[in-house]
Amino acid sequence: MNDTVSWAGLAVSLLLVAAAAGISWWQRLGLQRQILIAAIRALVQLLLVGAALTLVISPGQSIWWSWLWVAAMLGYAATVARRRAPEVPHLLTLALASFTAAAVVTLGVLFGLHVFPLTGRTLVPIAGMMVGNSMTATVLAGRRLTDELRDKRDEVEARLALGQPARLAATPYVRASLRAALTPQIETTKATGLVFLPGAMTGLILAGAAPLQAVLVQAVVMFLVLAATATTTTVIALGLIRRLFTPDHRLVYLPAPADR
Amino acid sequence: MDEPQLVAFEFDRVAVRRGDRRVLDEVTAQIPAAGITVISGPSGAGKTTLLRLCNRLEVPDEGTVRYRGRPLDKLDPLALRRRVGMVFQRPTPFPGTVAGNLAVAHPDAGPEEMSAALKRVALDPVLLAQEARTLSGGELQRMCLARTLVTQPETLLLDEPTSALDAQPKQVFETTARELAAQGITIIWVTHDGAQAGRVADRIYQLRDGRLTPAAGEARP
Repeated sequence: MNDTVSWAGLAVSLLLVAAAAGISWWQRLGLQRQILIAAIRALVQLLLVGAALTLVISPGQSIWWSWLWVAAMLGYAATVARRRAPEVPHLLTLALASFTAAAVVTLGVLFGLHVFPLTGRTLVPIAGMMVGNSMTATVLAGRRLTDELRDKRDEVEARLALGQPARLAATPYVRASLRAALTPQIETTKATGLVFLPGAMTGLILAGAAPLQAVLVQAVVMFLVLAATATTTTVIALGLIRRLFTPDHRLVYLPAPADR
Repeated sequence: MDEPQLVAFEFDRVAVRRGDRRVLDEVTAQIPAAGITVISGPSGAGKTTLLRLCNRLEVPDEGTVRYRGRPLDKLDPLALRRRVGMVFQRPTPFPGTVAGNLAVAHPDAGPEEMSAALKRVALDPVLLAQEARTLSGGELQRMCLARTLVTQPETLLLDEPTSALDAQPKQVFETTARELAAQGITIIWVTHDGAQAGRVADRIYQLRDGRLTPAAGEARP
């Protein structure tokens, strides 16, 4: 790990933020303030996280601190999902359940089958990748399913009126929402390496790792994200079905966006 | 002396609220099993809500609905909905062919059973292979009726099923419904069309201000 960025280098890179702000000023976008605030906020957040991570994953530190970090990350991610899609009922608990399920599946495979050694240095970033990358799909799946059931209420109730149980009546809409949520991730996976170089790999190469080693890690991360997205979206969809239908197979009232 | 009429649905002090508004206000009435009972009344009177209570797409806030003497909440909702079929105001085709639509209602139905269901509603069985969404409005609504019939219901709930149809398909639908009633299917038909009520009803109930009352002297001769 030789080619590290110095504090002076970081300061110089602020020129790039100035460039973005300059473009905003030149084109009269009025976004200069927001660009500066975003950059400063990101820097402060990263420095804080870096300091905390240094403590948590330093050699000799108990692995439980890393697990605690992961748990906090899952909880925070659930609140972010809730904020991004307030129209989806019960999203906080559902997102928490879905991120936890994805963590069990992905961390179980990667660490249980010794793809990576279980240390704070591996656990925290991998769990972070897992949650960060499946967040969008999770929100998308929840939002799409809620919209489908609200907009196609007539069709759903026609299925219920034919005696279909709620789970079966909801199946076409669950499939549509899972497909919509998973397709972007599948497309990204297909284009990896050809169209763009993903973050983990870029970071490793910049930090001086051999490209082949970086590629192997990146491949594992992509597979991790695929599994995580599939798991989180499915848990969200099935969990939502349980909450949007009553035990006697009625669809609950879903307010239109304008009514909210 | 007249035979006592078999009762299909019985409403006992049934109330439904939407926020502060009472959509149905202590409705107490009996709907006989024989023939076609029309429920008429102005828009927003709660006719659709009353119908949706009958197959438990909604549940009342107060009171009890009974079907053939048994409270609905004591019956399995899925079994109830196969005994009490419903056709909605707007046709609700599912994606796919007409046969695919009928299969949603009865996955094991063979071609003969499906053809028979189409014939009962005056549709040509060649339509089975056709995409449901390409049918005309009148055909589509009768396909929805056929789809409900393949579950072998004893009772049909019709929620203004012809409100979007022209005169000719409307008349075909009415004739089909009369034939089904003659075959012993109980029909409860919600409409705000007084002329239609006169043509199809064996008896008419008025739903007004949240209350259901028999309307004398308006039914089919």
